Amino acid sequence: MITAHGPILPLILPLAVAILLLFLPRRAQRLTRMLSVAGSVVQVGLGLLLLRTVAEGTQLVYRLGDWPAPYGIMLVVDRLAAWLLLTSALLALCALIYALAGGDREGRYFHVLFQMQIFGISGAFVTGDLFNLFVFFEVLLISSYSLLLHGGGGPRTRAGLHYVILNLLGSAIFLLAAGLIYSSCGSLNFAHLAQLMAGLDDSQLALARTGGLLLLVVFALKAGIMPLHLWLPAAYSETSAPIAALFAIMTKIGLYAILRMSTLVFGSSAGSLADLYLPWLLPLALLTLLIGAAGALAAARLGRLAAYLIILSVGTLLTAFAGGTGGIAAGLYYLPHSTFAAASLFLCAGALRRCRPVIGDQLIADGDLPQPLIMGGTFFLAAMAISGLPPFSGFIAKLLILKALPQVLVWGMILTTALAAVIALARGGNQIFLAASGPMTLPRGGKSVVLVTSLWEVPAIAGLLILIFILTLAAGPALEFTQDTARQILEPANYIQAVLGGG
Amino acid sequence: MEILIALIIGLLSGCGVYLLLQARTFSVVLGLTLLSYGINLFLFATGRLVIGQPPVLSAVSSPADPLPQALVLTAIVIGFAMTAFAIMLSLRAQAELGNDHVDGEQP
Repeated sequence: MITAHGPILPLILPLAVAILLLFLPRRAQRLTRMLSVAGSVVQVGLGLLLLRTVAEGTQLVYRLGDWPAPYGIMLVVDRLAAWLLLTSALLALCALIYALAGGDREGRYFHVLFQMQIFGISGAFVTGDLFNLFVFFEVLLISSYSLLLHGGGGPRTRAGLHYVILNLLGSAIFLLAAGLIYSSCGSLNFAHLAQLMAGLDDSQLALARTGGLLLLVVFALKAGIMPLHLWLPAAYSETSAPIAALFAIMTKIGLYAILRMSTLVFGSSAGSLADLYLPWLLPLALLTLLIGAAGALAAARLGRLAAYLIILSVGTLLTAFAGGTGGIAAGLYYLPHSTFAAASLFLCAGALRRCRPVIGDQLIADGDLPQPLIMGGTFFLAAMAISGLPPFSGFIAKLLILKALPQVLVWGMILTTALAAVIALARGGNQIFLAASGPMTLPRGGKSVVLVTSLWEVPAIAGLLILIFILTLAAGPALEFTQDTARQILEPANYIQAVLGGG
Repeated sequence: MEILIALIIGLLSGCGVYLLLQARTFSVVLGLTLLSYGINLFLFATGRLVIGQPPVLSAVSSPADPLPQALVLTAIVIGFAMTAFAIMLSLRAQAELGNDHVDGEQP
């Protein structure tokens, strides 16, 4: 079952749950929540199952309608796809549990949109051709537009407008790039493209190169890489906490697409187009690190700080992806860690906003913060994790990234920006929690309701932190897996063989 | 015909980009629409321009490529939905922020 139909199950499940939830009446809130959570739990199970199935190095190929390659639509699950599927499923489950604290009641179709979002994300990871990557990007984008605006409000709408318009432009460029690649190669299947790239003649080469680099622009927009990151801080910090936490995986989808394209389509077998992306990765990564660190230092609110730390982690990951097998392996180990850590920080910011209805998540002290120990403790752990301090997996990952790229510039940038992140987080924590026992800095006006941290918020944040602990404790097997993954994607011949068969 | 198609695509995309850079949401939505028209035409042309041939491999020496047609159809449907969403969002921004500037406030 799992080998025959495995790749399509993580797509069908959220889609079916979303359609089912659409039929439930509005008053059946309990049932809606139970179904949605059950769907997400099963999705995690599917992720684990797929990971176990592909761990030995096989690629699961699913031909929709059993059309032969390269004409039909393919879904492919290899180690990379399974790793990301599991990461996104775990993240989604934690974000969903947090949303049960009340975020899901701000609008009517929260759970439907949430499941559709998971459908789009999973689809982007398993699809085996360029046009379906576009389609799944659109599925996850339109869900993300609606989720981003969920609950409404002026600042949220303004951030959403920028996000939507920029991403519509990104989709237009995606189509342009896909068209260029199709017109030069005559195929859209990743594996087939990888074969065709080597045999292009000079007249088609320029078109394919343009298409490939335009794709890099699109993926850089999704990932929030340096010149195209401007939409990210506003969008992530204005939306509700569970959605911001779920969006922590969205930048990684852009990075996944960059990794997939650069290792498979423009990989070692692509002839004169081989390593098309490689010269761009490191400069872009270092600039992204710089802007992320600067933004984190300048942030005046916890949500915005977390958003800039996301940009920082994107820069770190992109640096890692420029570092060959060792770098990619370290990056893939850092990816779930940074996703969970950033998400937990967004959830902390959300809990803070609920507890302090007037000043929200601004980096200001407030005399009577309810449950300061829980709030401060979770913030402290999340901050330790995201800045990559020793006991956590981020430290191991960063160490390996540094080991893979022994260059002065890279070391200098990564270490300086990590220090900047630590300073920004320490300052933020100081201003919110440590100064809280001192005199009030703000008048108490309008602060009649003190909301206690909800029952669902603590397990969600704790869940993410536990995942980071597990990742740290299981660093040995996890790193072994990511090293196998890096080796597998850097040898695209097996993937091509698995998809296209003998020919 | 190639030159004509190329000119039309260029004109549509050029106007689209110009309108996209305007400060009012209405022009931006129009710009996105024009840009997507230009790109749909471009996608259509990626299968090479063939007139009067069936899109099936048969006795014809140069059949029309059916794949770009399928791609364009998908792109049109998605573009249509996205335009509708962008219009609704613009209206909501106008209602919530009180003006139609893309930054939500008059400069």
